[in-house]
Amino acid sequence: MAAFLINSVGLPEWLAWTITALVAAALILNVIAGGALAFIWAERKIAARIQDRLGPTRTGGRFGWLQSLADGIKLLAKEDLMPDGADGMLFRIAPYVSFCASFCAFIALPFAFDFVGQRLNVGVFFVIAVLGLEVFGVILAGYASASKWSLFGAMREAAQVVSYEVPLGMCVVVPVMLAGSMDLVTIAEKQGGWLTNWYLFHDPFTFVIFWVYVTCAVASVNRAPFDLAEAESELVAGFHTEYSGLRWSFFFMAEYASMFLVSALAAILFMGGWNGPVPLAALAGLSEGTGDTAHYLVRVVGLANLLTKATLGVLFMMWIRWTLPRLRIDQVMTTCLKYCTPIAAAMFAGAMLWQLAFPGGLIPGMARPAGEIREGWLEGPGGQSAPVVVPSVDGTVAKAVR
Amino acid sequence: MGNESMISLSGMVMAPVLAAGLPLAAINWHSVLFLLFASLASIFAVGVVLADNVVRMALYLVFSLAATAGLFFLAGAEFIGAMQLMIYVGGTLVLLVFGVMLTAQAPFVSIKPSAADRALAGLAGSSLLVVLLAAALSVDSWQRPGLSEVTAPTATPLGMALLGMRVDGPAAGAATGAVANGYLLPFEIVSIHLLVVLVGAAYLARAKRRRTPRPIDAAASAVSVVEGSTRVELPAALPPRSGSASALVSGGSK
Amino acid sequence: MNIVSLSAGCCLFATGPLTEPVGVVHYLIVGAILFTAGVVCMALKRNALGVLMGIELVLNGANLNFVAFSSPYLRGAGSATLGLDGQVIALFVILLAAAEAAVALAITLNFYNNHSTVDIDRADDLKG
Repeated sequence: MAAFLINSVGLPEWLAWTITALVAAALILNVIAGGALAFIWAERKIAARIQDRLGPTRTGGRFGWLQSLADGIKLLAKEDLMPDGADGMLFRIAPYVSFCASFCAFIALPFAFDFVGQRLNVGVFFVIAVLGLEVFGVILAGYASASKWSLFGAMREAAQVVSYEVPLGMCVVVPVMLAGSMDLVTIAEKQGGWLTNWYLFHDPFTFVIFWVYVTCAVASVNRAPFDLAEAESELVAGFHTEYSGLRWSFFFMAEYASMFLVSALAAILFMGGWNGPVPLAALAGLSEGTGDTAHYLVRVVGLANLLTKATLGVLFMMWIRWTLPRLRIDQVMTTCLKYCTPIAAAMFAGAMLWQLAFPGGLIPGMARPAGEIREGWLEGPGGQSAPVVVPSVDGTVAKAVR
Repeated sequence: MGNESMISLSGMVMAPVLAAGLPLAAINWHSVLFLLFASLASIFAVGVVLADNVVRMALYLVFSLAATAGLFFLAGAEFIGAMQLMIYVGGTLVLLVFGVMLTAQAPFVSIKPSAADRALAGLAGSSLLVVLLAAALSVDSWQRPGLSEVTAPTATPLGMALLGMRVDGPAAGAATGAVANGYLLPFEIVSIHLLVVLVGAAYLARAKRRRTPRPIDAAASAVSVVEGSTRVELPAALPPRSGSASALVSGGSK
Repeated sequence: MNIVSLSAGCCLFATGPLTEPVGVVHYLIVGAILFTAGVVCMALKRNALGVLMGIELVLNGANLNFVAFSSPYLRGAGSATLGLDGQVIALFVILLAAAEAAVALAITLNFYNNHSTVDIDRADDLKG
């Protein structure tokens, strides 16, 4: 887009880049806000159906699809209260810390090939790291509210999120190992082709570790059955007991944004990202990459693919939220330390051994050849390949040019 | 879509700036971002020193360290920057705030230093700063480089180096015929070190009977209930380091 | 906007205008500020956790220097850099700082269990 603005519109370079950055930021913000509206409505309907109710039916027509907008207006109009003993500055800043962390994680998340705010070669790591910062807002909120319920909720959240980062990291490492890159775009590209190329179906170990990832992801975004931080039957409302109005809704935007984020991450890491189950584009003779309108359309279809997968992930989280009862804090810790971590470690080792045993996959010819995908960092500024010095085992230095 | 209106709008905003003589087109945006992150890091670091409330100190420290991570990204060290965010900000500081909550005697506890201490520390600090700045400004030979030398990101070479192979740079080994040494041994030592620390910290922080009774006020009793679960939670809060150590390995598994 | 650019220019008065690229010296200055803030924090705070935070600041100041000296963007023509070494050292510093924080926090909790406070001026049991 920057290139278009410079070449066709004739803007100066700095203005073009600034506008491009602003447009990307606005798009991400809209994905978060619009997504939250849609997901809150979906959550109401799903909860209602699971409990044999109807849910919202009147606001905005037959299915009550304007319900979340009405809720938003109600929240905007609410009085902004702060407890007497609260630490004002921390209390005010906490929701924004949470929201900013969620928002920043979206920067490195690719929505389709080339549709990414900033392509990072440590993309997975960055997303997980920034997502982990969300807990800080919750802790601050719990502490600054000067309320015991909030403090308890924050303590639980801190313990839970920090512990679940361990198995989550181990699960994420497996696709990184299979793809040989931490770049999210590269990881998704390597799963192109038929359904069988998805890392979910790569080997039995990755299939198991996907479910460990799902468990840890649900826990790390604080959804039921792991919503100890806001357990309303014990802690009134947990860390956001004292919040109301717009600040409260910022916490919820952050929560829905994180849900969407971990679902999209699952889609990219395990379910082929923007590659559909059937390589329609390749069958039609097109390929993703920079190019004309057809290629652009391929990318838009890829975008739809990824959004569908991520939305299905979010709906799955809602389904289990309204199906499973909440765990106790010791059960949460047991799940993490006694089940998720050992299983993830064993599956990591298993996937590694599987790679050694069947480097080409079980069915020869199905896997995408490794030479087909080119890592972005190997290309020089002008699209030329940079020479890479690869030392071999016996100590000699070989020069490989890709 | 709407490009024209956008241009005219930005033209309206930018016109006074251009009229004031600031050559916007000549601005080095890398420098601007650097200035932003550097001033954030410095201001919040000073804020940590000046604040009296421990939780506010922790918050300022978070902002300062996050801005430092931004500086790492700007310097081309993406992996170190992400590491800083994950381990320092997401792990260590959450742990610190956890400690603050476990040891809070009253809401918003603050143990203030005396005015004389403050003056002395300010004096010592400013003289130290003068010495360090003099040392920093004397490194003239490295000034004024350009961004022209765009090199490859460093995460993959870093991972290879941690596995004992060096693929970066002009390969000191290429001339002599030997492969430059990697960091496999330090890496293994650090991982064992982390394991030992994990066990040691879990042992140190285990719950045991208190020798002296504690003041019975509301906040303390609220904390003591939580304290019962320290034995479960604190060791649980430690492992991110080992988790990220395995992420390190993955960086090199190319 | 004028005020912003003016203040930005004032901040850079010692290091050159905004049109100049950033050099190693700029990183060293930020590192020096972080380091000094950390040392003062360690010396001044009476809360054990405050001292810990000072240590983190000091380590970060040092890390910033390591990364700056190893940065591929910051070397002048022909001058050598630390290369990957600086980044690896920064990595190990981060890891060991995490370990240090864990142990220090455990010690602090123990101290709190025994003394009901985290004021390090009260840790004078061994004073003769």
